[in-house]
Amino acid sequence: MTDYRKIDKELLERVSDNARLKLSDEEIEKFTKQLEDIIDAFKSLDEVDTKNVKPSFHPQEISDVYREDKAEKFDWNSLANTKHKEGKHFKGPKIV
Amino acid sequence: MTDYKKILDKARLTQKKFSPFITLPEKLQSNSKKGKLSGIAISVKDNICTKGMETTAGSKILSGYIPPFSATCVEKVIVAGGFILGKTAMDEFGFGTFSVNCAYGIPKNPLDTSRSCGGSSGGASCITAVADFPHVALAESTGGSISCPASFTGTVGLTPTYGRVSRWGLIDYANSLDKIGCIGKTVHDVALLLSIISGHDSFDSTSLNLPSEDFTKYGKSIKGMKIGVPKEYFEGVDEKITKVVWQAIKKLESLGASYQEVSLPHTKYALPSYYIIAVSEASTNLARYSGMRYGLHQELKGNFDEYFSSVRSNGFGEEAKRRIILGTFARMAGYRDAYYLKALKVRTKVIEDFKMAFKNFDVLAAPTMPVVAPRFDEIKRLSPIETYMMDVLTVAPNLAGIPMISVPAGKVNGLPVGLHLMGDHLQEKKILQVADVSS
Repeated sequence: MTDYRKIDKELLERVSDNARLKLSDEEIEKFTKQLEDIIDAFKSLDEVDTKNVKPSFHPQEISDVYREDKAEKFDWNSLANTKHKEGKHFKGPKIV
Repeated sequence: MTDYKKILDKARLTQKKFSPFITLPEKLQSNSKKGKLSGIAISVKDNICTKGMETTAGSKILSGYIPPFSATCVEKVIVAGGFILGKTAMDEFGFGTFSVNCAYGIPKNPLDTSRSCGGSSGGASCITAVADFPHVALAESTGGSISCPASFTGTVGLTPTYGRVSRWGLIDYANSLDKIGCIGKTVHDVALLLSIISGHDSFDSTSLNLPSEDFTKYGKSIKGMKIGVPKEYFEGVDEKITKVVWQAIKKLESLGASYQEVSLPHTKYALPSYYIIAVSEASTNLARYSGMRYGLHQELKGNFDEYFSSVRSNGFGEEAKRRIILGTFARMAGYRDAYYLKALKVRTKVIEDFKMAFKNFDVLAAPTMPVVAPRFDEIKRLSPIETYMMDVLTVAPNLAGIPMISVPAGKVNGLPVGLHLMGDHLQEKKILQVADVSS
């Protein structure tokens, strides 16, 4: 059996931080309880013997597809949907 | 001649009554090309990109996004003479079973407006049920988002084999599960649209390299066909629904098919496996929404962590946040093996169940949903895990990427019940054939 860690406020804050989501106190409280219920229900997977079973990343076996590495011209205006731009560049928030 | 103005007026009236659309254009773009879809209006689920027409995937975080290109399936529709009617309502990014997790309007079931159209392609099923002009919907399923709404609205929903239709231009939910498909009034309608949109596309490396097919040329007689009835698919299903579905199976028997019960032992594990895989993939896909290149923008304030977190927290709805958190958790160091990898291995077992069954049967028949379309007040009372459980009958075939079709089988208390027919990979014609005679 897998040793599952209990979902608590601290873990949820760590996860939401990783996911770049700022949750309100109410959201944290609500999600902690809901995620606990969900994870509890998902533990049934332990009942399935998956020793020597390969994971299926896709429904059917899919092989890599390669193409020649040559430049193609796109006529899209990549900046058409942004409000944050300067010249030919996207403008982002401060990194440092 | 197609009366575009009249069709748009009708769509607007439908919008007022039932809200199937997120976007309706000011004027319909006429199409003079002669083809199999000439004169047919095609509604497009809002997670499929349409050049020049706002595409939001039902999320506030993509509000205002005007794609500079169209999805391959949309391009193919235009080449075949079809015209785009509008963008249909959906649960945000496809995250839902009832089309209530919507940043814009919630589509209402035309048969009873206090009830759901099903999700996540709820708008697609809604307009399909109401349209009295030639129309077929481009929809999409990750875990049942075509079958469920078809079942709840008494329409026909076809989910093709994974890879049959190019996903280029589809706003990803879960790449290994997403499939573009069709919702129509008849089996012929969905077969026709699939014939147009299927085929290999070099822009989608998971699209299958197969010659195009005319799916409307399915067989007419089901004499001698073997139908498997998976017993696990009747557990917990409303008794009246079970009765309607068995009547449909008996009808198929009277038309010359034979049926036999079969067991798919990993069925009950498909739900957790599906959700873990789906949210894991979703949480990585949704990482790209950061308020920089498209969609929701805010004033550039704070460092990148603060800015991204602020935009994302304002732009995503509650269910999207829940799934991002769940998916991030399932992939985190220390949990990945217990959840994500385990779920992928269980998926293998689910696929093996189906492969075994299809050695003996041409199609599998089951109810599409365990309930008829629920009322909105009933949906409100469900907890997230109770809502997820509603997908119990549709997630397994979606995990396996096999083709499936939901066709109306009858009614319970005046509400439609769907018969779900599932086939082996690439056996669309078989399920279309059985679906056609069943209805």
